[in-house]
Amino acid sequence: MAVLPSSVDVRAPAFAENRRHMADLTRDLGEQVARVAAGGERRARARHQERGKLLPRERIRLLLDPGTPFLELSQLAALGLYGDEVPAAGIITGIGRVSGQECVVIANDATVKGGTYYPVTVKKHLRAQEVARANRLPCIYMVDSGGAYLPLQEDVFPDREHFGRIFYNQATLSAVGIAQIALVLGSCTAGGAYVPAMADESIIVRGQGTIFLGGPPLVKAATGEEVTAEELGGAEVHTRTSGVADHYARDDGHAIAIARRIVGNLNRTKRVEIARRPPRVPLYDPAELHGVVPRDLRTPFEVREVIARLVDGSEFDEFKRNYGVTLVTGFAHVHGYPVGIIANNGILFSESALKGAHFVELCCQRRVPLVFLQNIAGFMVGKKYEAGGIAKDGAKMVTAVSCARVPKITVVIGGSFGAGNYGMCGRAFEPRFLWMWPNARISVMGGEQAASVLVQVRRDGLAGRGADWSAEDEEAFKAPIRAQYERQGHPYYATARLWDDGIIDPAETRMVLGLSLSAALNAPVESTAFGVFRM
Amino acid sequence: MFERLLIANRGEIACRIARTARRLGIKVIAVYSDADADAQHVLQADEAHRIGPAPAAESYLNIPAVIAAAVRAGAEAIHPGYGFLSENAAFAEACMGAGIRFVGPPAAAIRAMGEKAAAKALMEAAGVPVVPGYHGADQDPARLAEEARAIGYPVAVKAVAGGGGRGLRMVPDAESFAPALAAARREALAAFGSDRVLIETWVATPRHIEFQVFADAHGNALHLFERDCSIQRRHQKVFEEAPAPGLSPALRTRMGAAAVAAARAVGYEGAGTVEFIVDAAGGLKRGAFYFMEMNTRLQVEHPVTECVTGLDLVEWQLRVAAGEPLPLRQEDVRLRGHAIEARLYAEDPDHDFLPTGGLLRELRFPTPDEHLRIDAGYVAGDVIGAHYDAMIAKVIAWHEDRPSALRRLCAALDAIAVDGVRTNVSFLSAVAGLDDFAKAHLDTGFIARNRAALAASAAAPSDTVVALAALAFLLGRAARARADAAASSDPHSPWHLTTGWRLNGALEDRLDFEHASGMIALRFRGHAEGFVFALPGGLAEARGTLRDGMLSAEIAGVRRRAQVLSAGATLTLSYEGESHRFAMIDPLAAALAADAPLGQVRSPLPGKVIAVLIGPGAAVKKGDPLIVVEAMKMEHTVRAPEDGTVERILYEPGEAVAEGVDLVRFTAATARQ
Repeated sequence: MAVLPSSVDVRAPAFAENRRHMADLTRDLGEQVARVAAGGERRARARHQERGKLLPRERIRLLLDPGTPFLELSQLAALGLYGDEVPAAGIITGIGRVSGQECVVIANDATVKGGTYYPVTVKKHLRAQEVARANRLPCIYMVDSGGAYLPLQEDVFPDREHFGRIFYNQATLSAVGIAQIALVLGSCTAGGAYVPAMADESIIVRGQGTIFLGGPPLVKAATGEEVTAEELGGAEVHTRTSGVADHYARDDGHAIAIARRIVGNLNRTKRVEIARRPPRVPLYDPAELHGVVPRDLRTPFEVREVIARLVDGSEFDEFKRNYGVTLVTGFAHVHGYPVGIIANNGILFSESALKGAHFVELCCQRRVPLVFLQNIAGFMVGKKYEAGGIAKDGAKMVTAVSCARVPKITVVIGGSFGAGNYGMCGRAFEPRFLWMWPNARISVMGGEQAASVLVQVRRDGLAGRGADWSAEDEEAFKAPIRAQYERQGHPYYATARLWDDGIIDPAETRMVLGLSLSAALNAPVESTAFGVFRM
Repeated sequence: MFERLLIANRGEIACRIARTARRLGIKVIAVYSDADADAQHVLQADEAHRIGPAPAAESYLNIPAVIAAAVRAGAEAIHPGYGFLSENAAFAEACMGAGIRFVGPPAAAIRAMGEKAAAKALMEAAGVPVVPGYHGADQDPARLAEEARAIGYPVAVKAVAGGGGRGLRMVPDAESFAPALAAARREALAAFGSDRVLIETWVATPRHIEFQVFADAHGNALHLFERDCSIQRRHQKVFEEAPAPGLSPALRTRMGAAAVAAARAVGYEGAGTVEFIVDAAGGLKRGAFYFMEMNTRLQVEHPVTECVTGLDLVEWQLRVAAGEPLPLRQEDVRLRGHAIEARLYAEDPDHDFLPTGGLLRELRFPTPDEHLRIDAGYVAGDVIGAHYDAMIAKVIAWHEDRPSALRRLCAALDAIAVDGVRTNVSFLSAVAGLDDFAKAHLDTGFIARNRAALAASAAAPSDTVVALAALAFLLGRAARARADAAASSDPHSPWHLTTGWRLNGALEDRLDFEHASGMIALRFRGHAEGFVFALPGGLAEARGTLRDGMLSAEIAGVRRRAQVLSAGATLTLSYEGESHRFAMIDPLAAALAADAPLGQVRSPLPGKVIAVLIGPGAAVKKGDPLIVVEAMKMEHTVRAPEDGTVERILYEPGEAVAEGVDLVRFTAATARQ
């Protein structure tokens, strides 16, 4: 295979400047993650532990095979939302290995608002189930939740992608053979009671886990009957009398041990039917990615320098190198898995879009997973290009990307603007995973662009009325638009709303890609049927 | 010489006898109980016969069954080993009755030495010194007090039928005599059904020195020097050595002559051991020694004698039994070098050496050579049951001098890897490492006297040792993960990594392990190249490699090397000449292990209920004693598994219980509606 050369000068001042900037961003990311990872307030955590319960991250640590990775999803969900009082949206989700099987883990954090479901909590739970479905990963629910967050019921309960969808997913996931395992480690009230009830196999911890449709206060109000939570829906009643739960556990550790045993008995084998190689590290240190990417998104950079720091041996066999040069396509390996890489190296033209569509077809034909490295300002505009049919060429690429059934993984390494987001497998195009670098921006167009467009529209309106517009007035008009785009295009804003699966340190991209690819290969690589390409 | 020999025993001694028999061209016939169908002594025999169910009384102690097996197998002789039927005169007679040679002394000699008081009288008559004392039939307290005064205080009051320290009292002066006598009698009556006592001089710092004797049918008798067996726990030997440190040639000659005289006095034939008690006060200079008893069989500790004489005692036994004269004369027997034996038991030194048992998941010994001998009756994969003696193996080191032999023994003990069953191996290492042991300050109070030092050897390990052990464990874990990865359908997947990878952070991981000094919890983080340990002394980077048990580590920037032996959850680290043993705790394994059905109170061993401590309907707390079961000569208290109520008692005192049966109907508090 062809080894990529690198012309990056790691001693250049620009490199150092870039690196400093990216280091600041990743440091801040680390701090945000650490803050969120602590969970609820100190008092809530202490109360939780005094009851003999383990904190959710400790539960996950014990559940996973010792020392193995945990690829957390939606790590910073709800960041800055709901008064910033719901760290991680009160639920921890991710992929981890249990008894040798990659599983999706969904764990409520009862130290955060009693583990109740805010709108973003629901979204995060559903996203984890979607990941389980797309990649055929068993689901392990560690339930410890008071159910829907009642004050926000209108955004939690009624709609298609709301609370009920959790149970719909459990039923339909189970129907396609994706195991549903629930550990009842705390309360499972009302709708929440259906998580263990809908599970294939469930475990309940005595003295802590409770399952009921109506809790003691509701029962008292409804019938006057006085009953304790344990009597109403504890481990004894559900494992001996009702059969709502299958396994009786003495404590969290016991429940987790049983869960690991259950996964060990799933009789499941991962069949990876693509040709792999022994992995090799890149020739260039992935940590140099910090210095490769310029501070300003508008400064172009050579995306092959990024690829050279992600792929095995920095080896990259390029496809159509001389054609449509603003899009780089080619084959490489990541952690030994073959991938087809599609990376932006400038704005998209008709040729680049055609090349991209062609390459997607190749990968689908050969069942090679696709990796999109997204840094795109958009498609080229102008009379010549419209006349050249850039819209239909862009549509070809969007069609190819939409229909491709090979695993698709997207990493936003810079801008993600306009239709470029579509062609490069944005969130709407169902990549198995979508990761973002901390320097990335996402919006319908860049802030400056948007401001200029709006200025133009307004100027045209003013001109029609014969009015004038000073440079200061124009600037005053543009500033808030720029600010709005900057705020809403920021990765923290995006990740808080689950427009991605998480923000990652560029230096960890290779590891995240490896884990994502390996997890994705739990599902067989399907063959693709493409829609009609407009010719 | 015989052509077919039946070995009426099991475990290491059956294997050891078989070895010699095979060397002499004798066919080996084993016998076994149902519990031993796949035991080593059966697998190593030329043929094997089932003699009954697991309980010894119905198999290895069942004389008709053993004789029948011998007749069926056409055995010309039976070697009884030690224990079981080895000192049973009726068995010796039964062999004779069946026309089979009993490899041991005549039944009369066994009987003569069997009754302790009578044996002493016999020895006294033969001029063998015995402990000054009163062994009379008159048990009137006034008479006994008078005898005590005549012997001179301090005296010992002992149950005539006694043993194992029960019914034994030390009486320092005349005032204490009456209450001590009453207490000893009460205990003797309870334990042995007879309150008859004897009174003897109290030997303050007794050493147990025994002489190996041999006699043949042609009137020859000699001794093969002595063994010091002073290091005992629960009145059972745990270390034995030959020769006895500090024993002068003159005293050796006198004691040896006395031992031979003792054998001759009972018309002895074959191998025997004459046990003496010697007062160690004054370093054996007073030269007083007293006959205690004679064991009319091969001793457990016979290998130390074999090491220092170069002889095969089993071969001698067989030759004598076959009617041959002794191969050597006394003056031809040479004493060379020094040998020390340690006994590896399945027992719990932290709980009064109570026997343990279970599946030996791992059992590895260092490779034997001219300086090291291992006599083992088990291999990895065997189960140590509750029916028989809990000894797993004997480790014997021999060298030109005592310090060298001791060094070799310590190294060998450190290199033993055993998992699945709690053993005394670290206790043996600790005892062998004591300064008092090196200085040969031997007497039967050795272990009690060194309790503090033994506890000190369990001092908390240093940060470096903890870091090395944790690193070794983590490297081992990573190696296992790599092996699992290679065998998987997705061998290169990064999901196989065990570095604690987390998105935008690192796993806050912890390891828990048990050390003699207590539990150790180590918090750590992993990264691509190694680990960061949070040790009491601060954070330390740790990385390294582990190959073939050799750990090359870099801890906080310093390169260090250590030997690592890991067996299942146990990890033994040898570093800078010291050995450290850790048991890694898997919290989930512990959770599942305790996953017994709730509310069960079961008999841990087959035995007999000797006390019921609660009544039906009793509300009990977790850990409360409920029932006492006697098994293997020891009392086991069965406790409440958790808070709850005893609904019914299923066994009365005196009733026999099988292993694992429910003793009471128990309902856990949490199970009540």
